Amino acid sequence: MDGIINYFSSLNPAVFASQLPGNIAQGIIWGLMALGVFITYKLLNFADLTVDGSFATGGAVTAILLINGVPIWPATLIALAAGILAGLVTGFLHTVLGIPDILAGILTQIALYSINLNIMGKANLPISYRNYTLILSGSNIGRAIIVGLSFAVVVIGLMYWYFGTEQGSTIRSTGSNPAMSKAQGININAAKVIALALSNGLVALSGSLFAQYQGFSDINMGRGAIVIGLAAVIIGAVIGEAIFRKRANFIIKLTFVIVGGILYYISMGIVLWLKMPTDDTKLFTAVIVAVFLAFPYLKNKSKNSFKRVAKENKKTLNREEKADA
Amino acid sequence: MLEIIDVYKTFNPGTVNEKKALNGVNLKLNDGDFCTVIGGNGAGKSTTLNAIAGVWPVDSGAILIDGEDISALPEHKRAPYLGRVFQDPMTGTVADMEIIENLAIAARRGQKRGLSWGVKKSEREEYRELLKQFELGLEDRMSSKVGLLSGGQRQAITLLMATIKRPKLLLLDEHTAALDPKTAAKVLELSDKIIEENNLTALMVTHNMKDAITHGNRLIMMSDGKIVLDISGEEKKKLTVEILLQKFEKASGSTIDNDRMLLGD
Repeated sequence: MDGIINYFSSLNPAVFASQLPGNIAQGIIWGLMALGVFITYKLLNFADLTVDGSFATGGAVTAILLINGVPIWPATLIALAAGILAGLVTGFLHTVLGIPDILAGILTQIALYSINLNIMGKANLPISYRNYTLILSGSNIGRAIIVGLSFAVVVIGLMYWYFGTEQGSTIRSTGSNPAMSKAQGININAAKVIALALSNGLVALSGSLFAQYQGFSDINMGRGAIVIGLAAVIIGAVIGEAIFRKRANFIIKLTFVIVGGILYYISMGIVLWLKMPTDDTKLFTAVIVAVFLAFPYLKNKSKNSFKRVAKENKKTLNREEKADA
Repeated sequence: MLEIIDVYKTFNPGTVNEKKALNGVNLKLNDGDFCTVIGGNGAGKSTTLNAIAGVWPVDSGAILIDGEDISALPEHKRAPYLGRVFQDPMTGTVADMEIIENLAIAARRGQKRGLSWGVKKSEREEYRELLKQFELGLEDRMSSKVGLLSGGQRQAITLLMATIKRPKLLLLDEHTAALDPKTAAKVLELSDKIIEENNLTALMVTHNMKDAITHGNRLIMMSDGKIVLDISGEEKKKLTVEILLQKFEKASGSTIDNDRMLLGD
């Protein structure tokens, strides 16, 4: 009993509050990454695991360019281009060589681990704000949030525009109905490759920003990125639907991906604030994602279950029996 | 118009599941022909349509449209010539997209798809008029997701999508088979209307002999991957189910053992 009291009295709400802005900033940056996952997972219907590699590629390319004297903006844009290249490789493996989607992504991801090591020359490269001019940094969280949000607004705007165009529509139709797309003259392989390239470009951009935020690039910084990305996409979708029901349009859906990223990081912040061991954070991530993935399914099932029918029938049948008696 | 020359296709060659699906198909359609295709299960009706559409490459033979050999083109490159409606109402439309978006995608068949808006403002009025003709009330639901519609409504939209950009050849692959009789009749009526108004050349596969007889100006019957009967003109007009059965027995030397094909309606 004393232990529990001690535990709760040791939890300081002020500590949680002080960490909140940092959680929000990281959530926004990962939200950008999740927008990339949204393109493949939601629009193209393609489970792309390349992102674990391309996220780290974004950080690696930015760090090595910075260290070699390239200014931050070109370094960030080249990181984005490197991500596009990674997406093209997965697209090539899938469309030209016929490798199934998940495997194609895993192959690129594992290859990128070596490539990222080669890019950086070692497993970890520091890029401290003290030595370099960065777009954003964890040392100034307020600014990081504003810059991150600016990126989010621009990216969401571009995505809203692009997926409304003739070309963007082909990606959506390919993801939803490839047979119809082919019958309407759409080159579905081209659509897949374009979507993978755009998605991984965005993921690498996010990786670049995250490396800048934390002040270093690390070979393992993308590990589990797909799960965090999915977490943001799914949390965002569940919350968005709860608020807007079926009325959520495309721009709201995209916005809620960022919201999902922020909520994910806040919930991770809560887990850490509760002094759960940091070794277990990936376990908590998995649990959170599983809960949100299961939520829409279970909700539908509770409305639509055999048990419910059995219960209601029992009630009405009992009533009739009584009436007969 | 359409010319099919000696087309062969075998599925799973060299395995126990080997199936000679097309055994030297030859067919020549004239401009404006509306040709119905009948035959038992596995006769090669849908396979012929898939060969034309380029779902897979044929083993040998040529498929020409207006004199141009299209048999080496992949499916999406043949699409500009073809309008297609499938048996499964789910196949022809994108459930996650709005009615108007589906129509806009179809309207751009064969065009380069660039970075201009997927649906232009001017298109809305145009599509509204087209949908009005169907008398299904779809013109007031253009922003609804196609997934919310019934099978018959989806099939009607697929039909419009197949013809919104005038195809050289319309392929209808048992497009009413999955619908209830009343809806099937309505969709068939729409098909007739669209084909006649636009003077389209069409191939329509059906299991229903009566439909095959009452629609179109020409009828072909397939058996074992070959065309065994080709009836047109006055002969087609006078055709009845009984005459057709007699002709089939004579042509193929066997009786029809497929109940499903016999069902009059």
